[in-house]
Amino acid sequence: MRPLIDTSRHPALVWAGVAIVGLALLVLPFALTGVGTAWVRITNLAILFVFLALGLNIVVGFAGLLDLGYIAFYAVGAYVYALLASPHFGIHLPFWVILPIGAAVACLFGAMLGAPTLKLRGDYLAIVTLGFGEIVRIFMNNLSQPVNITNGPQGITLIDPFRIGGMSFRNADTFLGITFTGPIKYYYFLLAILLVVIVINLRLQDSRIGRAWEAIREDEIAARAMGINTRNMKLLAFAMGASFGGVAGGMFSAMQGFISPESFILLESIMVLSMVVLGGMGNIWGVIVGALLLSFVPEILRYTVEPAQRALFGKMLVEPEVIRMLLFGFALVLMMLFRPAGLLPSATRRRELEGRS
Amino acid sequence: MSRPGGGALPGQSNEGSALLVARGIAKRFGGVQALADVSFEIRSGEIYGLIGPNGAGKTTLFNVLTGIYPPDGGTFTFAGQTLGGLKPNDVAARGVARTFQNIRLFGNLSALENVMIGRHVRTRAGVFGAMLRDARTRREERGIEQRAFELLEYVGVAKRANDLARHLPYGDQRRLEIARALATDPQLLALDEPAAGMNATETASLKGLLEAIRGDGTTILLIEHDMKLVMSVCDRVLVLDYGKKIAEGSSAEVQKDPQVIAAYLGGDVSLSFKET
Repeated sequence: MRPLIDTSRHPALVWAGVAIVGLALLVLPFALTGVGTAWVRITNLAILFVFLALGLNIVVGFAGLLDLGYIAFYAVGAYVYALLASPHFGIHLPFWVILPIGAAVACLFGAMLGAPTLKLRGDYLAIVTLGFGEIVRIFMNNLSQPVNITNGPQGITLIDPFRIGGMSFRNADTFLGITFTGPIKYYYFLLAILLVVIVINLRLQDSRIGRAWEAIREDEIAARAMGINTRNMKLLAFAMGASFGGVAGGMFSAMQGFISPESFILLESIMVLSMVVLGGMGNIWGVIVGALLLSFVPEILRYTVEPAQRALFGKMLVEPEVIRMLLFGFALVLMMLFRPAGLLPSATRRRELEGRS
Repeated sequence: MSRPGGGALPGQSNEGSALLVARGIAKRFGGVQALADVSFEIRSGEIYGLIGPNGAGKTTLFNVLTGIYPPDGGTFTFAGQTLGGLKPNDVAARGVARTFQNIRLFGNLSALENVMIGRHVRTRAGVFGAMLRDARTRREERGIEQRAFELLEYVGVAKRANDLARHLPYGDQRRLEIARALATDPQLLALDEPAAGMNATETASLKGLLEAIRGDGTTILLIEHDMKLVMSVCDRVLVLDYGKKIAEGSSAEVQKDPQVIAAYLGGDVSLSFKET
């Protein structure tokens, strides 16, 4: 229904494009290793943020429900993985068992957040979801007594990496003379999941359910009058969005090997929301671009600001971290002024942030 | 032109029997009695007009009927079942569809998508169907799109199928709202001032559309200020004033009713609406 490119006119061209992009993505980690080993890790985290942004896009972009506590579901997924695959409880389940559990638990938390907020919209919903995100984080911080569940601010360490058969995602292995480091293995795994997640999102948007979400975003009263059960559809949006966050959290846990409540602060929620808004709410491709930009640009700045200053002034004048935040804020202000609907705006612009009558 | 899929639901063949029965409907907003003891019956297959001066309670009656407001008293019985306490989406599922006085389309979606959303209540695909796109879901999806397009043709806005609803001209938006409501397969179509803001030509063609919809077996409840339209198209008319029923009957009877004349003109004047 919403073709990105008119595929009927240039089918061969499109397939050639897909093949080139696919090939580039396959060799990317090896090229990145050439630049610096940290970059594969950075790319993996960027893909995780794409998952998060796509999950939040279901809630904010499709259904028009402003959620400022989305990172809570990421936290839930991460903790579910950490508790079921670490020496903390001595449980070591395989990842393909835990990821669905994490998704289900996050889904439940999504419904828990959705149920009491069904009648709220806009600012009011934002405040409640913001509180929810903080509550989850504070629980993680304090559930170390009387029974030690989350190990408090120290976090959980020695979390198992993914294992397929005898192959661990922590160590490097050599196949056919090519060395696959741990991060490179995660990269391919993430890439495969990403493909599935994108397909699911595209299909959801162009379906009976996706249209019902968009109807709620556009006009809730009209949606109800057309027979849409807005309560169930909103709960579904929260639950679906949350389960994406839960899966991403589980993968984050396994990749890092260590998690603590500090990783799930409000700023992270705001970051994910910025990715969705920057890219263009409701437009899946826009959201992906937004997530990649906001993941990579700060990292690139981190590595370029210091040498650039030394070359220009001979010494460090401003800390890289300060410049990063300054540029980030500046970019967001410019965005809101010149492209308020996002870099790749969806044809269906959202009205949630504009306030409604 | 006959409407695609019209008359699909059971219970609409019994022409002339009561489809909707309202008994003692009351609604109060603070100190304002918006509706007081309003009773009426709409028969299957008729076009039933609802008129009255501004603020008479016509739209409130619609909102109570469609479950947007709970009534403070009284009951609606629709096709033999009570609508009491049902949510708007359940009322729509029972077979009552409506349009809005201040057009409430899904502005940032295409005209076709607007009508496709109307099919929601008559289709079943869930999340897993959407994600897996199995054969049944694909078939249903094709059905939704085809039916939506047919309905756009039926109301005459098929040319604008892919335009955003908010970019449509005013008259087309009114027609699109009707198509969206028809997509829910209603037995009763409740239209809130469909001719508002239309010129004489557009109103005349709207009249043709209303008659076609009725001809296809859908009962119509019509709120309208355009008296020429009401008097020419409605079988019976209910007149509200200050939330009370002041008259009911054929358009000819209602026009002569002194209470109606007083309500509209505030005095002893005779009214005459020539048919167009």
